[in-house]
Amino acid sequence: MQSKILLQQNFEIKGGDFINAGESSIKIRNILKDIGIDSDIIRRVAIVAYEAEMNVVMYARHGKMHLYVYSNKILLKIEDRGQGIKDIDLAMQPGYSTATEEMREMGFGAGMGLPNIKKNSDVFNINSTIREGTKLEIKINLNNKNG
Amino acid sequence: MTLDAIIKLLNAKFLVGPRDSIIDIKFAKASDLMSDVLAFSEPCSVADTILVTGLTNKQVVRTCEIAGVCAIVFVRGKNPPADTIKLAQNSKIPILVTKLKMFEACGTLYSNGIKGASSKKGK
Ligand SMILES: Nc1ncnc2c1ncn2[C@@H]1O[C@H](COP(=O)(O)OP(=O)(O)OP(=O)(O)O)[C@@H](O)[C@H]1O
Ligand SMILES: [Mg+2]
Repeated sequence: MQSKILLQQNFEIKGGDFINAGESSIKIRNILKDIGIDSDIIRRVAIVAYEAEMNVVMYARHGKMHLYVYSNKILLKIEDRGQGIKDIDLAMQPGYSTATEEMREMGFGAGMGLPNIKKNSDVFNINSTIREGTKLEIKINLNNKNG
Repeated sequence: MTLDAIIKLLNAKFLVGPRDSIIDIKFAKASDLMSDVLAFSEPCSVADTILVTGLTNKQVVRTCEIAGVCAIVFVRGKNPPADTIKLAQNSKIPILVTKLKMFEACGTLYSNGIKGASSKKGK
């Protein structure tokens, strides 16, 4: 279906930067608020963005997050350069985590990030190449009347 | 329940005061795992949920912003680092600190009518 792009923004994510981790996701949330997106959709997009952003911070060197808002859907693309994921099926399992002790002390490492992303997405794709990087593509439908 | 009522119940104090005195807390989550807080984040357009946690780093504040949690209680009298306070002020998320342990704080809130956030489901 033909749909108009309303907004496109890109964000840089620095691996290992726990000080600023999460800021891009907060920005995305605020952008969506400003343009009047439904609050439940905003919550889902924000959770997806935040979990993905934290994964880049924790497990990659550098990443980019791209936000595309269409009249009928929101797309998020997150690409990183880093260690990559060896076994995606395993990584997707709730509770599986390779987080370090330091990350766990900050409250991460429940192994719930990727399952949370999937749960909040209408379409979820993950691709990863070991020692190169990981790519996520998430689609969340806007259930407006003319969607 | 107002934040002032929670202050009384938990013998707590504000580290970051509320901007909005009409916050009406009905639900709580208790966790030291950020993804856990996000996993049980339910659709909510009203600010009615509080997080009870032993973690005090600034990611806790960010997680609450993302999850739509509207206030935070730090248990065990833990004082957060300055950047946590600063972020909470900027994000307008009130922070309370109580000397009570996690279990006691949750029990007190529960027995005074605050429900688990997961019971919001299906509403
Ligand atoms: N972008 C990534 N690059 C490399 N490895 C990743 C990436 N994202 C996830 N992983 C791997 O997949 C595992 C599971 O990720 P997931 O987000 O589900 O849990 P977690 O990050 O360990 O904990 P939580 O998200 O609950 O704080 C991670 O521990 C890590 O090994
Ligand atoms: Mg994660």
